[in-house]
Amino acid sequence: MAEEMRIVLRNYGKVDPLNIDTYLAQGGYKGLEKARSMGTADLIADVKKANLRGRGGAGFNCGMKWSFAAGVQADQKYVICNADEGEPGTYKDRLIMENDPQTLIEGMAICAYAIGATKGYIYLRGEYPFLVDTLNTAIAQAKDKGLLKDFDLEVRSGAGAYVCGEETALIESIEGKRGEPRFKPPFPPVIGLWGKPTIVNNVETYANIPVIVEKGGDWYAAIGDKAYPGTKVFTLTGDVNNRTFFEVPTNITIRQLVFDFGGGVKDGKKFKAVQIGGTSGGFIPESLLDTCIAFDSMSAIGATLGSGATFVMDETRDVVDIITRIAGFFEHESCGKCAPCREGTARVAELMEKINDGHGSAKDTALLNKLGTVMSYSCLCGLGQAAPAPVLTTIKHFEADYAAKFK
Amino acid sequence: MDYKEIIAKFADKPGGLIESYHALLKEFSYLPEEAIVEAAKVFKMSTAEAFGVATFYSMFSVKSRGKYVIRICESAPCHIAGAADVVAAMEKELGIKMGESTADGRFTLEFTECVGQCQATPVITVNGKPYLDITAAKIPAILAECK
Amino acid sequence: MANIIIDGIKASVPDGSTILQAANQVGVRIPTLCYHPDQSIKANCRVCVCEVEGNRLLQAACAIPVFDGMVIKTRSPKVIEARKTILELILANHPQDCLNCIRNGNCELQELAEEYCIRENPFEYKVRGFAKDFSTPSLFRDPDKCVLCRRCIEACSVTQSVNALGLVNRGHHSMVVPTMGGNLIDSPCVMCGQCIHACPVGAIGEVEQINDFLAAVADPDKVVITQIAPAVRLAISEEIGMATGAMAMESFVTGLRQIGFDYVLHTNFTADLTILEEGNELLKRVKEGGTLPMFTSCSPGWINFCETFYPDLLDNLSTCKSPQQMFGALSKTYWAEKMGIDPSKIYSVSIMPCVAKKFEASRPEMNSSGYQDVDLVLTTREVGRLFRMSGLDFSKLPGSNFDSWMGAYTGAAVIFGASGGVMEAALRTVYEVVTGNTLEDVNFKSIRGFDGIKEAEVDLNGLVVKVAIAHSLSNARKLMDQVRAGESPYHFIEIMACPGGCIGGGGQPITKRNAKRIERIDAIYVEDEGLPIRKSHENPEVKKIYEDFLHEPLGHKSHELLHTHYHDKHKTVL
Repeated sequence: MAEEMRIVLRNYGKVDPLNIDTYLAQGGYKGLEKARSMGTADLIADVKKANLRGRGGAGFNCGMKWSFAAGVQADQKYVICNADEGEPGTYKDRLIMENDPQTLIEGMAICAYAIGATKGYIYLRGEYPFLVDTLNTAIAQAKDKGLLKDFDLEVRSGAGAYVCGEETALIESIEGKRGEPRFKPPFPPVIGLWGKPTIVNNVETYANIPVIVEKGGDWYAAIGDKAYPGTKVFTLTGDVNNRTFFEVPTNITIRQLVFDFGGGVKDGKKFKAVQIGGTSGGFIPESLLDTCIAFDSMSAIGATLGSGATFVMDETRDVVDIITRIAGFFEHESCGKCAPCREGTARVAELMEKINDGHGSAKDTALLNKLGTVMSYSCLCGLGQAAPAPVLTTIKHFEADYAAKFK
Repeated sequence: MDYKEIIAKFADKPGGLIESYHALLKEFSYLPEEAIVEAAKVFKMSTAEAFGVATFYSMFSVKSRGKYVIRICESAPCHIAGAADVVAAMEKELGIKMGESTADGRFTLEFTECVGQCQATPVITVNGKPYLDITAAKIPAILAECK
Repeated sequence: MANIIIDGIKASVPDGSTILQAANQVGVRIPTLCYHPDQSIKANCRVCVCEVEGNRLLQAACAIPVFDGMVIKTRSPKVIEARKTILELILANHPQDCLNCIRNGNCELQELAEEYCIRENPFEYKVRGFAKDFSTPSLFRDPDKCVLCRRCIEACSVTQSVNALGLVNRGHHSMVVPTMGGNLIDSPCVMCGQCIHACPVGAIGEVEQINDFLAAVADPDKVVITQIAPAVRLAISEEIGMATGAMAMESFVTGLRQIGFDYVLHTNFTADLTILEEGNELLKRVKEGGTLPMFTSCSPGWINFCETFYPDLLDNLSTCKSPQQMFGALSKTYWAEKMGIDPSKIYSVSIMPCVAKKFEASRPEMNSSGYQDVDLVLTTREVGRLFRMSGLDFSKLPGSNFDSWMGAYTGAAVIFGASGGVMEAALRTVYEVVTGNTLEDVNFKSIRGFDGIKEAEVDLNGLVVKVAIAHSLSNARKLMDQVRAGESPYHFIEIMACPGGCIGGGGQPITKRNAKRIERIDAIYVEDEGLPIRKSHENPEVKKIYEDFLHEPLGHKSHELLHTHYHDKHKTVL
């Protein structure tokens, strides 16, 4: 059986989040120290070599992203941590911040050094108000120890908007505006917060950084899947025996995740489907369980790795009802800026309710298919593009469940 | 505290409007109209814009709410764990429907999407504090905590 | 330059061009809805999406810059299906009452629906059911028709710096509303109507009063007279399918008689009169140490703006009524007397490029004749509709002249319609009044044109007068902030609320292009140059009214009929 491997959760249970000395005792801030001894170009090259790909969902090469911001001349640059994890079923970033906030701060400080930023923000989702004090205490302690030098770090709270997980919407929100995504290009590493070069990375991404710097890019690149190396934190929910979290190398299969780590389906029932990556992930049937969980192999089956949320459903679950709820989620969370998402998410919800209430027909699933497909490549941001995935994948893999509800 | 004092504390924070709204919520449970007008002035934006921000985020409300805002998660993991039963029990216990406030101004019931406590579904929050593995039986004790 | 291929056509386009610009260059038209040529890029309607080789996602042509080697397909099956679906989504909650809509035949969404052959919409038709807002006398809102392109918000907040409109809520519930979700009348709206031009559909329009006009014409007891504002003639031709400025004044006059006016007079007459009053007011302020700089007061959107945002500067406003209101007051006094018509029977209609004029006419203080001075204001667009309703063929219509006493005008009055025109007209007269010399070259070219803020210095025999001109209220705001700070170097400031001046007014033929506004400005100076008299004080009828009635500028009668006062309308919600 595959084993857990803890990189981002390396200090879980070993440090006191409110006492930086316990972090230092585990070797904390050695990564930052080493980073500062390297030239920024070498540092970025090493992160690039690690092939660490963004853990927020888009999977972009982290070092590459940094190099764009580093290459721009500007009087001010920003480092932002996206701690707005809003994908239902996801709580991995909370685990990191709640238990080991210094690893995040160290990762951000390394990024700030690499790109030449002196100001950083942690954009913390509004649902985690209890973490504001933890983070502020941790920042104050790191400052007191002189570890952050000229890097100033501030916590900003979201206020209940899933779309703010999209990096440009997040930037708008920090600017005190409605959290609506900007069109791209320009990308934030060139024009970001207040028009300045800005790196936005996820909590889990930053948490990897101190270890990568300390042990080297080559070390990291050799872990897990070649194209998407390292580990990934998964949070398991739904009808699974082990409703908990795991950090595993990225070369395991979905089956290993659900049955080995997750302990299989609860109450001896049969497996029906699993949705990975949060509510925008595709639904995966039994037949695809041997797919590797790495980013690209998941994309290939119309699914995502996303946030790593793993939502397991047993044989008794009503897929159409669950999709109807998910459609309601996207109707509620669409920002309303672009027409296909604003109108599309509402129409998907309307059609799903119709089918779920027993008034639908094959014509409705055909329309959902067309609408979902158009949304997936026409919407302004990732929210609208990903929103139809659960609908499209269930119409594909669980057609009978829909047909059973037709009038 | 007076809303003007609350907002003034954030005046030198660039983009501090949302932070000031959070602080106002702690005091008033919602964003009173005059506070939005004041915040617009302090953060040098139009009232229309400040109101647009106030109505964008689901945690903010421009309508009066109870002292305790109870939010019941309805995202998929909580949905299949029985969120609907929690809703029914809570509505029965408080004698109000979702979206409404009790006549004594103590409680408001709202839906929320995922609050990131999915290790123990279904989940509710009371003024931001999560309560896990909720069952109908646990509700009276939770409400009793709200003085 | 970037070498690209659009729909198989090879082209070399400037670096930094968007796909939309590049396509235009090669003659490929890409449909748009939220795109506005003079505003920021929005990319929110997604109607302009195109396929770019190597990218699964369709790209918004309005927003995405080309790169060397880019291969673009603007009309592949994938693109067509996406556009059709997006249009179906938008149309599924858009009221299907095109036949009754104020923008019927002049609607960007209607055009797209036609082009994309939207027939049976697969989505259920569900109108949102918002209430219409008819709270102002100038413009209405019909939020059900809003397609959320946000162009009106930018016109209101960026071009005009008024911020009366904003977004509320999120997702499917998001909508454009006046400040804090109230009615327009409770917002800082100054009723300039620039949002009407920005709107691609019928979600905002003028309060149409064609039926009031028809009723007046049908009433045998009413003598229906009209005044035409300076900026109307050159634009009215656009309403009936002619080129800008193509309609001769004589045909226009005949047209107005044909649709039922008993007498046709000209606001230009009172524009010339304004120059006499305002010019003398300026000189008086300069000589006697009155409040300076003095601001012009012809533009009612600007007056509303000053009353709302700069109530501390009301003393700087010239006390002169606008030409429309001077005309209204005189039509029921001086003109009635000259014509021997009972003023209670006169129904005074003005034809204006402006929707704020509707509000101005309704101000309670505008009744110095003893009656409501102006009974009805029709916009250029409304008169265009009346012309179409009447089936007039202007190419065959014989010409006719204005009626007497208040119909004569000079080139100085004509240029009131363009930004800088009031100032230029004033300088032509003030120069001669102060210096006693003849002004050889009447053209003050430095204060013409579309620049947001213009300034000049004029030497009047040693008295150096510094003047500034702004159009669009965001530019006005810059000059006002200077005045408020006590740092304004000027004696006289002309403000027109709308881009380009009245030629770009909220009541003009719908245009979202500043290029069209510039074309109208050019037409106005052509008209000025063609006139025999180009200085207001040389207008024979103006001379006559001073001889027979007013006696002197700023005299007793003038104060009674031609001057006014302003109100502090500061609102808390700005």
